Amino acid sequence: MLAGCDSLSRSEWFPKVLSAAEELNRSAHRLLGGRRSMAQEFTQADLSPDFRSNGTADPDSAQYQALADNGFADYRLQVDGLVDKPASFSLTELRALPRRTEMTRHDWVEGWSAIGKWKGARLASLLEVVGVKPQARYAVFYCADPMEANGTGLYYESIDMDDAHHVQTILAYDLNDHALPVKNGAPIRLRVERQLGYKHAKYVMRIDLVESFAKIAGGMGGYWEDQGYEWYAGI
Amino acid sequence: MSEVAVGRIGRSSASSLYYRHTLPVRTMHWINVVALTILFMSGLNIFSAHPALNWGRSSYDGHPAVLEIGAIQDPAGKLVGVTRIFGHDFVTTGWLGVSKGRDGEVMATTFPSWLMIPDFRWLAMARRWHFFFAWIFVINGLCYVAYSIASRHLSRDLAPTSTDLRSIGQSVADHLRFKHPTGEAAKRYNVLQKLTYLAVIFVLLPLVILMGMAMSPWLDSLWPGWIDVFGGRQSARTIHFIAAWLLVLFVLIHVFEVIISGFWNHMRSMITGRFSVEQRVAHDAKK
Repeated sequence: MLAGCDSLSRSEWFPKVLSAAEELNRSAHRLLGGRRSMAQEFTQADLSPDFRSNGTADPDSAQYQALADNGFADYRLQVDGLVDKPASFSLTELRALPRRTEMTRHDWVEGWSAIGKWKGARLASLLEVVGVKPQARYAVFYCADPMEANGTGLYYESIDMDDAHHVQTILAYDLNDHALPVKNGAPIRLRVERQLGYKHAKYVMRIDLVESFAKIAGGMGGYWEDQGYEWYAGI
Repeated sequence: MSEVAVGRIGRSSASSLYYRHTLPVRTMHWINVVALTILFMSGLNIFSAHPALNWGRSSYDGHPAVLEIGAIQDPAGKLVGVTRIFGHDFVTTGWLGVSKGRDGEVMATTFPSWLMIPDFRWLAMARRWHFFFAWIFVINGLCYVAYSIASRHLSRDLAPTSTDLRSIGQSVADHLRFKHPTGEAAKRYNVLQKLTYLAVIFVLLPLVILMGMAMSPWLDSLWPGWIDVFGGRQSARTIHFIAAWLLVLFVLIHVFEVIISGFWNHMRSMITGRFSVEQRVAHDAKK
C-alpha cells in the first residue's frame, strides 16, 4: 500500500485528482460564509510574547540590505499592472493612508500559531488611489527575499480581489506597536487574515494587478504554490 | 431479513446464514476503512512538520507543550528518539523521534516511514492526500447517517433497548471473559458494541472532523471565536490528534473482537452480507 501511495504521489495525474479538494474547499468556504466573513480578533492579553520568524529572517539581497541600512527611507512600494494610475508609495505615504489595527492569529502551514497586533494601510484604500481596472482578478505581491542560495527565486504571492478588498487585509508596517522588525517582513508585510501564513508575503516591494498569474514564475500564484502547496490556503 | 438454512439433518447443530449487513452498509464500511487509514497516515505526516502539541489559542502563550517528539544525539553520536509528555522525557527510539527510514537507515523522523503517507516528510503532498480523503470520508459518513436513519438501521440495530441497558454489567463481564453470544443472540449487536458504535459514529468522528475544521483559518471566520469553545486553535489541534488515536484504539479493539469471535464469518458478512449463526436442530424443528 505504501509503495503504491508513494508512486501515486510522484505520478503526473494523481496529485491533480487530489487537488480537486482545493477547489471544493474554496467553494464550500465561500458558500458557507460569503466573501466578507471576519477573522477572529483578540485582546492585548492574548498577544504572543515573541512573534516567530519563519522562512526568510533577513533577506540575502544587496538591494534590500541597502534599504534596511537607511531605515527604509528610500523604500518605495510600486503598484502597477491593471490599474488606471500606476504609482509608488513611500513608507510615509503608506502611513498616511486609511489604516487599521488588528490583533489576529497567524497560522503557519506547519501547525504553529501566534497572535500579534498588526497596524497597516488598508489595501482596499491603496487600490482606490490607483484605480483597479475591471479585468483585474488577482493582486500579485513581489517580495525582496530570494528563496534560493544563489540569490534567485524571489518570494511572491497572490490573492483574489475579494481578499484584496477585505476589511482586514492590510499592508502592515507595525507589529506589537513597533515598526515591523526585519525578521517579520520589514518594511511591509501583507496580512490576509483568513489564510495560512505563507500567503502573508513579507518584504513586499511591488503589487501587480493581473488577470491571470499563469505566466508568472512557476505559474501557480506563489513561491510555495510553485512547490506544491495550495493556492487557496484557507485550510 | 432472510435466512438460508445450510444445516444437515441428523447433526446435533446446524448453522444458518443470516443476512446481516446490507450492501450500502458494507460499501460504506469499506470506503470508510480506506479513507480513515489514509487520513490517519497522511495526518501523521502533517503532524511531523511541527511535532508538538499545545493547549490554548496560540503556540506561544507561555505554557509548555503537552507533547513533543524529537531526536537527540547521545555522547556516542547515536540518534535517540525522545518523546516529552507534560515535561517528562521518554526514550522512544524505533517508534517516535528516531526510526528506520524508507531505505532502512536509522534517521530522525517523528513517525516511522511505514506509518506515513507519503512515507517521508512531504507536507504539501500529505495535505493534498488529507484534504481529498477528508471529503470522501465526510460525504461517506453523511450518507451512512442518512441511510441508517432512513433504513431504520440506527433504530433497529444500533439503538440500545432497555433490556440491553440493564445487561451492561453482564456484557462487560462477557467481554472480559472473551465470551461471545451464540445462536439468536449472535444476530444482534450486544450492548457494549451498540454503545461503542454510537459513541464512535456520533461523538468521536464528528469531533475529529470539527477539530479539523477548527484548524482552518477561513472556517474560523464563519463565526469568529467559535473555536474558543474548545480552547482555541492549538487546543483544537491537540484534540484532533488525540481523537485520531482514540479512533485507532477503537479499530484495534474492533479488529481484535472480530478475530476472536470468528474472523472469516465476520469478514464474509462484511463482504457478502451473510453471517453464519449456529443453531440447535431441536430448536429448528419447533419452527
